[in-house]
Amino acid sequence: MNNIPLTIKETQDGLKSKKFNAVELVDSYLAQIKKYNNEYNIFLTVTEEEAYKKAREIDRKGSYATPLAGVVTAFKDIFLTKSVRTTAGSKILENYVPQYSATTVKKIEEAGGIMIGKLNCDAFAHGASGENSDYGPTLNPWNKEYVTGGSSSGSAGAVSANMSLVALGSDTGGSTRQPAGFCDLVGLKPTYGSISRYGVIAMSSSLDTVGTLTHTVDDMEIMYDVLKGEDGLDGTVKNSKAQIIKKSKFKIGIAKEYFIDGLDAEVEKTILEVKKTYEKIGVEVVEISLPHTKYMVPVYYIVMTAEVSSNLGRFDGIRYGFDRSKFGEEAKRRIMLGSYVLSAGYYDAYYEKAMRVRTKIINDFNDAFKTVDAIISPISPTPPFKIGENTNDPLKMYLEDVYTTTANLVGIPSLAIPSSFSKFGLPIGFQLMGPRFSEHQLFELAKKYHKEIDFKPRVAI
Amino acid sequence: MQYQTVIGLEVHIEPNTKSKMFCGCSQDHFGKKPNTNTCPICLGLPGALPVANKEAINKTIKLGLALGSKISEYSNFYRKHYFYPDLPKGFQTSQKDSPFCIGGELMGFKINHIHLEEDAGKLIHSQGKSLVDFNRSGCALIELVTEPVFHSVADVLKFTKELQLVAKYLDISNADMEKGTMRLEANISLAREIPNAKFQMPNYKVELKNINSFRFLEKAIEAEIRRQELELSEGRTPIQETRGYDENTKKTFSQRTKEDSHDYRYFIEPDLPGLVLENSKFEIRNSKITELPEQKRKKFAEQYKLPKDYIEILASDLGRANYFETAAKLSPDLSKTIANAMINKNLDKEYPEPEEFIKKIRELEDKSYESEQSTQNAIKTVLSENPEIITSYRSGKTQVIGFLIGQVQKQLQGQGNPKLIMEILAKELQK
Repeated sequence: MNNIPLTIKETQDGLKSKKFNAVELVDSYLAQIKKYNNEYNIFLTVTEEEAYKKAREIDRKGSYATPLAGVVTAFKDIFLTKSVRTTAGSKILENYVPQYSATTVKKIEEAGGIMIGKLNCDAFAHGASGENSDYGPTLNPWNKEYVTGGSSSGSAGAVSANMSLVALGSDTGGSTRQPAGFCDLVGLKPTYGSISRYGVIAMSSSLDTVGTLTHTVDDMEIMYDVLKGEDGLDGTVKNSKAQIIKKSKFKIGIAKEYFIDGLDAEVEKTILEVKKTYEKIGVEVVEISLPHTKYMVPVYYIVMTAEVSSNLGRFDGIRYGFDRSKFGEEAKRRIMLGSYVLSAGYYDAYYEKAMRVRTKIINDFNDAFKTVDAIISPISPTPPFKIGENTNDPLKMYLEDVYTTTANLVGIPSLAIPSSFSKFGLPIGFQLMGPRFSEHQLFELAKKYHKEIDFKPRVAI
Repeated sequence: MQYQTVIGLEVHIEPNTKSKMFCGCSQDHFGKKPNTNTCPICLGLPGALPVANKEAINKTIKLGLALGSKISEYSNFYRKHYFYPDLPKGFQTSQKDSPFCIGGELMGFKINHIHLEEDAGKLIHSQGKSLVDFNRSGCALIELVTEPVFHSVADVLKFTKELQLVAKYLDISNADMEKGTMRLEANISLAREIPNAKFQMPNYKVELKNINSFRFLEKAIEAEIRRQELELSEGRTPIQETRGYDENTKKTFSQRTKEDSHDYRYFIEPDLPGLVLENSKFEIRNSKITELPEQKRKKFAEQYKLPKDYIEILASDLGRANYFETAAKLSPDLSKTIANAMINKNLDKEYPEPEEFIKKIRELEDKSYESEQSTQNAIKTVLSENPEIITSYRSGKTQVIGFLIGQVQKQLQGQGNPKLIMEILAKELQK
């Protein structure tokens, strides 16, 4: 086949009209992986055999009727895949082969998706650049001197390098949206409690969500509809009872607190252009205030590290092959911070206080959503940075999360939307946040924007 | 110097739920082949998440309501962190603030709270190796914590035996100490008794762990009290620590001192949504709660007029207590005989059906009654001795017949058949 289609619809149209079959699709993706993976370090495990098996099965049926029939999918390596090694990007789990699959992996398989492999990521999803992977950083397919962002580094790399049509990542403080923004992709951090986390190695249980990366908003909508819903295994998941209301008039807010010192001029320019575009198509854009924005990063780094220290306790060297000495620097840093903020004598001053501020942050957003349908925000304060640029300064790296941690602390959905390119030819996107379970409204707003700028899905290599 | 013993208890009860606390594995782990009763959730595998067992929550609340606890309107699970090979997640899911049940009492002993948590696995040490069996890991476990209200071993025994009985009556657990479905920990200290001074709580406590039988309990607490008395009398304050009991030496021994006590780093379990418990709903359910042992005893005394020792024996075994009631309902006139046949002759063991049992009792009764002839003779004697009673009976005061029956039985030394006496008496009085 000549060109790999870049959307689910094109893929399925091609399969149904017998322009190509699923096996040929797998051939093409594998060819791309074989050509570039050594260089870009995107896949940790390629499941060639399983992919062909599934493709043959789909071709044999021939109807391509299920929602993801023939859709080649890759998973961040923190999604458990039965009988397929799952490392979480850490050497501790270098040889770990799970005995069960995550709910989301099963849902994709049942919907006809074809798993092609497991993706590199920051170890245990700790990071905003992909550089904390114990298996080395993933290089940005748009320019290999730059990071892909993280922690779902391989997920963004695989889709933008055309090694997989879609990919799953995770988003605890921006780990899906930031790499999506750095690689010109659509990335969704869904409402907390809309998609089951069962079988995804936990980082921070009250913040973790299953993220998805696609080329287009239409594809994101299909993926979300497949993935969402109760599975009886994640007690925090609820089926949304919210009706999808087709609105004719939208009102979007921009928080004045988001225009801070560290905001890159090009990113700011992008946000203002997005505002203009929305106004042009009749969407009202108003200034709003989110007064607790400055507490976002400190609150996030207290809550998140506390939960990380708890969740990583099980890797105590007794059951998973390797002992604690295999933890990387970032994991150790977070375990120590988290144990500290939870310990007797410090709990009230740190964890307890952070939880109270978290409630105030949630109230900020509840108030804001009384007047606006969605909020526009930068994803990252800067365009993609160079590999090694921030590694010696963990605090600077943590500030990467200033705009993204919000949606996780509040539990609301946020959609990263590709927009423009920097003067160095690197992608810049923006995010739209909405009230809980407003995913479909965010999709509609994003589609309106892409229609206006005549967005076309594109691959880097 | 005189000392007063102060004891508070922590009682663990494994409820008889169908499944474990947070997964679908069987709650019944007893005697199963190691590591066959497990799944990703109770093994704490990466990615696994808990879902709370409603049956276990309901049983905990049932116990609380029976003991007069206040049920929390909003309740949470917490993560309690410590490292041990039998704790696969590195934390135990338990409760801290807002446990399901707060306060309450049993036999006048005050309860602090009742909460729900998960059990750990089991370590098996053999041939220089330590093995872990996770069959029990994640099993539901109810923990009842009392106030420090016990002042003697006898009090502790009284309370724990009654609690065991309550658990059985409510069908919460068989609370079997030998099988480990009921486990005890006692916090023990001694207070100085100073005449005319206000009672002051001691400034230390010693935790006595892993008590797995009533016999053990008595011996272990007594040994610990003796040890503390000795310490105090020699001018030392016992150190705050956890101790175990060695049956061979008949002494308690130190297991862990306060210096290496844990900082559990508790925080609310984010994977389990908080529970809103509608109090009214549970109160309605409470009205349907089966009888408690104390109510049973009262009924046996008032309704069936059983002697105290009979009541204790019957009430301490719910199965037999219910058997007695069924039988006594079939023939209310025989209640004492029924109890007697059960307790002294174990007749209920021979006749699983109360109907058959009654039939047998009646047969035995007939055999042991005085003959019709001697009954008739006795009646004649009584009637000839009490002409005024006959007159008042005939004038309409029919209740005097009770007096006559009593007199006849006296003549027969209580061996008269009540039915027969009644029949003959009625006939004679009609004449």
